[in-house]
Amino acid sequence: MSKNIKLISIVLFTLFSFFILLKGLDKSNIYSPEIKESNVDFNFKAKYLFSEEEVFINELLNNEGMSLINIWASWCSPCRDEHAYLLNLKSLNKLSIIGINYKDDEKNAKQFLSELGNPYTNIIIDPKGINSIEFGAFGVPETYLIDNKSKLIIQKFIGPLDDKAFAKIINIVQ
Amino acid sequence: MKILFRLLITLIFFQNYSLAENSQEVDKISKNLRCLICQGQSVYDSQSDFALSMKILIQNKIDEGKNDEQIYEYLKAKYGEWIVYDPEVNKNTILLWVLPLILFVFGGILILRKVSIK
Repeated sequence: MSKNIKLISIVLFTLFSFFILLKGLDKSNIYSPEIKESNVDFNFKAKYLFSEEEVFINELLNNEGMSLINIWASWCSPCRDEHAYLLNLKSLNKLSIIGINYKDDEKNAKQFLSELGNPYTNIIIDPKGINSIEFGAFGVPETYLIDNKSKLIIQKFIGPLDDKAFAKIINIVQ
Repeated sequence: MKILFRLLITLIFFQNYSLAENSQEVDKISKNLRCLICQGQSVYDSQSDFALSMKILIQNKIDEGKNDEQIYEYLKAKYGEWIVYDPEVNKNTILLWVLPLILFVFGGILILRKVSIK
């Protein structure tokens, strides 16, 4: 009898551990931070892609409405995939789209745009990847929807834009 | 000529020394930061784009005269608590901090009882 209890408890314990581990593995390992809007300070300078001038990000966000900040690079293939979405968003004429060209060769970046079209209102460059850290970015591509007036990040899209993200942006903007 | 040569060598060494000291500071800070896009690596260990930019940023912040604490706070504000390897004491982590202490006390009591029984 006691042998049976022992066996059953071992089996139960094994099953219990198994399901705990299974559930643990099921959970996504990708870390996504809680966004603390108040901590984003857009008061930093960066150079334009198409001119030698520098600009404060704050100044790019000074009109009414919303802006989309998109971190991209010509070497990043998911950026190629999401480009059509950006062009679509541009055609809506509801947002200004600010591109941050991440760790890229300027020549390649310009070629990328002439090949696929330029959805951006302004493009600034981030050759060392430091400006992207100011936004709390992890890499490319990443997109933020920002309310210009309050300077808050309304929505953060890590990874390329897809149908779902696109619908969400349109929903918020309209 | 010889003096000039010596001066030059001293200058070069001095410069190397100061460079080394700065990057040591970056190493120290980056060892305490979690590389968020690589699994199980610190920013110091990683060669990912994210980690490389982070190291440049830390160097810049040091050059601006920020101290360790300010740099950690800055990064925590951007990326959250998770980026540092040093969990804060709050209601989520209280067990993590208190459990070793409880185990230590409990073990101590066990040992004491064993000794006093003998």
